[in-house]
Amino acid sequence: MTSDTAKAPEDGTTRRSMISARELTKTFGQGETAVTALDNVDIDIRENEFFTLLGPSGCGKTTLLRLIAGFELPTSGLIQLDGQDITALPPHVRPVNTVFQNYALFPHMTVSENIGFGLKMLGKSSGEIEARVKQMLSLVQLEAMANRRTDQLSGGQQQRVALARALAPAPKVLLLDEPLAALDLKLRKNMQIELKSLQAETGITFIFVTHDQEEALTMSDRIAVMRDGQILQIGTPKEIYDKPTHRFVADFIGDINILEAQVEGTEGDQTRVRLKDGTTMLARSTGADTQGHCAVALRPESIRVAQAGDTPALTGQLENLVYMGSAHNLHLRLGSGEELVVRHGGSTEGLDLSPGAQIGVVIAPGGARVLA
Amino acid sequence: MADTPPLAAGATAQSTRRRMRSRDLKAMPGFKAAGWACIFALYLPLVVLVIFSFNDNRSVVKWTEFSLRWYEAAMENEGIRNAAWMSVKVALVATVFSTIAATMAALATTRTAAFRGQGLAYGIINQPLMIPEIVTAISTLSLFSLVKQLTGITGVGYLMAAHTAFCIPFAYMPIRARLEDMTLTLEQAGADLYATPWQTFRHITLPLLMPGILAGAMLAFVVSLDDVIITLMVAGPGETTLPIYILGALRRGITPEINAVSTILVGVSVLLVLVLFLVQGKMKK
Ligand SMILES: Nc1ncnc2c1ncn2[C@@H]1O[C@H](COP(=O)(O)OP(=O)(O)OP(=O)(O)O)[C@@H](O)[C@H]1O
Ligand SMILES: [Mg+2]
Repeated sequence: MTSDTAKAPEDGTTRRSMISARELTKTFGQGETAVTALDNVDIDIRENEFFTLLGPSGCGKTTLLRLIAGFELPTSGLIQLDGQDITALPPHVRPVNTVFQNYALFPHMTVSENIGFGLKMLGKSSGEIEARVKQMLSLVQLEAMANRRTDQLSGGQQQRVALARALAPAPKVLLLDEPLAALDLKLRKNMQIELKSLQAETGITFIFVTHDQEEALTMSDRIAVMRDGQILQIGTPKEIYDKPTHRFVADFIGDINILEAQVEGTEGDQTRVRLKDGTTMLARSTGADTQGHCAVALRPESIRVAQAGDTPALTGQLENLVYMGSAHNLHLRLGSGEELVVRHGGSTEGLDLSPGAQIGVVIAPGGARVLA
Repeated sequence: MADTPPLAAGATAQSTRRRMRSRDLKAMPGFKAAGWACIFALYLPLVVLVIFSFNDNRSVVKWTEFSLRWYEAAMENEGIRNAAWMSVKVALVATVFSTIAATMAALATTRTAAFRGQGLAYGIINQPLMIPEIVTAISTLSLFSLVKQLTGITGVGYLMAAHTAFCIPFAYMPIRARLEDMTLTLEQAGADLYATPWQTFRHITLPLLMPGILAGAMLAFVVSLDDVIITLMVAGPGETTLPIYILGALRRGITPEINAVSTILVGVSVLLVLVLFLVQGKMKK
């Protein structure tokens, strides 16, 4: 099932694939204690792409990065880098660099020595190394820190040194394993912007790991949502947000209402479904494998409170009214017992918002989606 | 969790601390007395030895006047000079080779994929610490006699080899401890930045391991310098180390000259340990 849904959407780009993984599986341990960290993963990451691996803790994001970097060998499957099979190559011959989560700066070297290390190992001349280090220092705005020891830097500065060190040898692919996790919120937001523009400037393929969906949505060209060692969906942030093909993806990204339903029949590209409280409605088919039982996904912003003259698609009893600053969230209890959250942006005048009031809800065209 | 009043949280922390303090060993009755008794037992003899090395009198029990004459006498004594030189030579050689071997053993037991019999390997490397030294001494002697008989080779090499062997576990311990403290991530970062396994070792592992190696080397040096039993068995004629010389001199009666030499030996040991502390303190920063 996942192999169908995990296919990259056709968006007409002809950019060539930088990293391709085929049927990649990684199992740790043996026998009863074996853990399958990656389960038959197929993925294509393109040239000059900001690609994000998103998923909950333990879903295999780090494992996938470590396989690409060469720190682990796959149990089975194939990894190609720019068309070349690198599955069995040791890390030091792969033109791939990593920004480690805890930075892993060399404590016995200065900032400059750290940044120049990769070039030195590649046997570049000292003049060339010096020039490149200088360029990198200015790229990450650390010129003044060149001769500092790394333990004399703040967290954000260390982060930038790690970035400069990984970028200095101009790798084909940069791997970033939750590089912002240790930073405070403000620094994190700044670094998100810096990272994004750095990627655009250098044209290097970035593979970025996070379990923060907001971070993924704001930074990425494309996102792969993972769970239990499998890739559930790959797509642009918009596709992932607007057109989730999997209940887990929908639930993981942003706020969403998910209602249980039965498939009644197909009408064009829509599916007629019957909710648990007996109401039927049309919802967009997503190609998900829905046989009989399915779920209907409704984003709070694609439904609104019915005004006079509207025919409500759903009706529920108001249980909670949460003020969100620019809008109100109405928590309704449907006849089926399920909860439905509606975002109401406008004024609340003329609406009966007393506890227990019956509120009708209208769904925007295409706002309901059928999920497996 | 978040809505716990700060006052209550503080109170819990404090009461925990109080409970811990009351369980602290230092609070037990007689702890201080016992501690001081131990320190006296350990260091009083040393103090007596050092004081009487500066005595102007031949006696090692009756103080007369401060003097350095026994140090002069010791310096001029050729037997002592030769023995000291022999000790240093053997200790240096043993230190170098045992530290190299210990470093390799530590790398092999911590920086490789877990292998079957890893626990056994630890055991085998550390076992010499558990075997009574006299047994090691006698077995080394028998082996070397056999080798000497078969090959006809003699010389100070046997003594050096014996010292190297028993110094290995002492050098191994701090090196392995340091390696276990070092995360693998730095070495992976090295490999990620195009360092071959050898370059990773040379530029990352070795510099970071240096405090452990120095600690191991100094421990090995001191242990070799102090050794009596194995040296007594293995040393050939003319291979008298300082402890052996002192032992021989003692048979002829204790003299302040021996006190002086012993004091120097203690001084060297203390100095080495001090340097070690300083170096480690600096490297840790
Ligand atoms: N060296 C290992 N030995 C055994 N199991 C491992 C090893 N590394 C990872 N695993 C297991 O593989 C699974 C995936 O781990 P991985 O580190 O890839 O998760 P992750 O998505 O990076 O999670 P997180 O967000 O917490 O970093 C987990 O169940 C983990 O316990
Ligand atoms: Mg991880």
